[in-house]
Amino acid sequence: MNGDERPPAPGQDRAPEPARHGGRHPWRSVRKATADAIARARSTARRAQETPPPPGPFRPGFWRSPIRGPWLTSVFGLVLLFGIPVMFVTGALSYAAYNPGLGPLNDQTPDKGLLGFYLFDWPTHPYWLYRLTQGVHVTLGVVLLPVLLAKLWSVIPKLFSWPPLRSLAHGLERLSLLLLVGGAVFEFVTGLFNIQLFYIFPGSFYTLHFYGAWVFIAAFIVHVCLKSGRMVRALRSRGLLAELRTDRARTRPEPPDPDGLVAVAPAAPTMSRRGAVGMVGAGSLALLVVTAGQSIGGALRGTALLAPHNRNPGTGPNGFQINKTAASVGVTPALTGRAWRLEVHGRGPALVLTREQLLAIRQRAAALPIACVEGWSTEDQHWSGLRLAELAAMAGLPEAGSVLVESVQPPGPYSSVILRGNQIHDPRALLALRVNGADLSLDHGYPARVIVPANPGVNNTKWVHRLTFRT
Amino acid sequence: MARALRWYGANPLHLLVLLCSFALTAYACVRLFAVRPVEVAIWLVGAAILHDLILLPLYSLADLSALSVLRHRAEAVPKAPWINHLRVPAFLSGLLLLVWFPLVLGISRPYPAATALTLDVYLPRWLIITAGLFGVSALTYALRLRRLRRAARAVERGARPGR
Repeated sequence: MNGDERPPAPGQDRAPEPARHGGRHPWRSVRKATADAIARARSTARRAQETPPPPGPFRPGFWRSPIRGPWLTSVFGLVLLFGIPVMFVTGALSYAAYNPGLGPLNDQTPDKGLLGFYLFDWPTHPYWLYRLTQGVHVTLGVVLLPVLLAKLWSVIPKLFSWPPLRSLAHGLERLSLLLLVGGAVFEFVTGLFNIQLFYIFPGSFYTLHFYGAWVFIAAFIVHVCLKSGRMVRALRSRGLLAELRTDRARTRPEPPDPDGLVAVAPAAPTMSRRGAVGMVGAGSLALLVVTAGQSIGGALRGTALLAPHNRNPGTGPNGFQINKTAASVGVTPALTGRAWRLEVHGRGPALVLTREQLLAIRQRAAALPIACVEGWSTEDQHWSGLRLAELAAMAGLPEAGSVLVESVQPPGPYSSVILRGNQIHDPRALLALRVNGADLSLDHGYPARVIVPANPGVNNTKWVHRLTFRT
Repeated sequence: MARALRWYGANPLHLLVLLCSFALTAYACVRLFAVRPVEVAIWLVGAAILHDLILLPLYSLADLSALSVLRHRAEAVPKAPWINHLRVPAFLSGLLLLVWFPLVLGISRPYPAATALTLDVYLPRWLIITAGLFGVSALTYALRLRRLRRAARAVERGARPGR
């Protein structure tokens, strides 16, 4: 206890002090008190490190699965190592597709700041681009969920590692892991709820999902940096083919690992490792089968047994999938009846046209799908109407750089949208009046809607009544 | 310097990577928590504990209960291990429900009005899929049992030659 009390160093004698300091220099007593406190804290910490873990999951003997170990974790981790970056990139592309740089009307996260560094002009070639990126994003997300759950199962002993804080490095790592798990589940849950229109989350989906993605990817990058060496070593420790040939009777626990994943008192195996991997794979396959059809469309749409847009809401030319019906957004037949006019603003006085006048102008055609942020899409529909480029020319701005498209829809998110110059000048971009040989139905945007190649569905404004072209 | 690193508990690159990550996280969190911060925090923390402290204990308990239920039955005939014939269809069915429950349970209220489609197909479909999964599992188990019993009878006949 008195190990920190040193005899005075040679040459350092006690000079005679005035009596009011009690015979000691004040600075030395402060130093001594601090040294005592540090020593006490160190011994407390040492004792805390050495306390036995509390009963239950904190004890290593609690975890009994004989197949849990670094190899199994690494297999699931490898799948996520490829899957998560694809998710992040397709998600980032989805945000770029909205052309948020054109203004707050297109942007649900206007305070993105530096997080929008990568944004670029969304192209119109190929015309199915958004259909592909968003179909992959949603379908892959659904398919990866069982892998995520399996990975969390395989590392659960680490949640209860003891002592809980070994050092500052350990503490920071655990904080990052909390953000990793929380961020991952937050992203998957908000995404899954949004595609089913189950809007119970606290705020706009776009805000939560976009910023949540950055929280998650920041933790994901740390996790990959810190664990990839361990993952590679674990994958090399057992051959995949050998493991695929090992049945339950021959399944043995892995050698003890420094992470404490391998059970110290394993129960007899009830499932082989190949069985566990196979079961998770079967889960992903089952989800793929009941989901992918809503994005692929055509004959396969009906196979998406549990997906939200697996059926046609009607028959005939307007029978394809609807994003939001007219009634659900407050568009009434009165707003789109005989009194409806299209206003086209540009250089000079505004043009005001009736639907009959629009139909009298030479009609152009384009075969384009509708692709929604929710991951579903329709097959190519045959639209006819006026080219946006020709409307720009009629407005006196043939080289228009942007157009503000306004709907009769009551004001709300995406009731008005801005389109970019490349979208205006693509010959397939139309103000559509008819589809598949018939007039647009009210739910599909009667009397006129915009349809642009590679555009997210919500930016193809329905019930358009005003176009304002700008340079 | 070396002492500081020893006290930190890892090499300086570790600290650097974590600090960069936390900087990005803080930048995003400021914006994430800008509106309704308490509810967003509840969702984020809830997400962190949802699987590990709610879902995992529930399904582990179910699994252990299933394992212990028939352990004490007398083994009159040769049996194949049946637990995976229960686990796999339960896992697949539960997974489909976990992903699609707002549609299957019909609790996504905006859905019918927005899509002009009905919710009532989802529950029957999920039930039929579940029945199908368990049915296939039971069939494969029955086939396995038959194969085992045939093999056991062949062994018995082989052990008593001339009978």
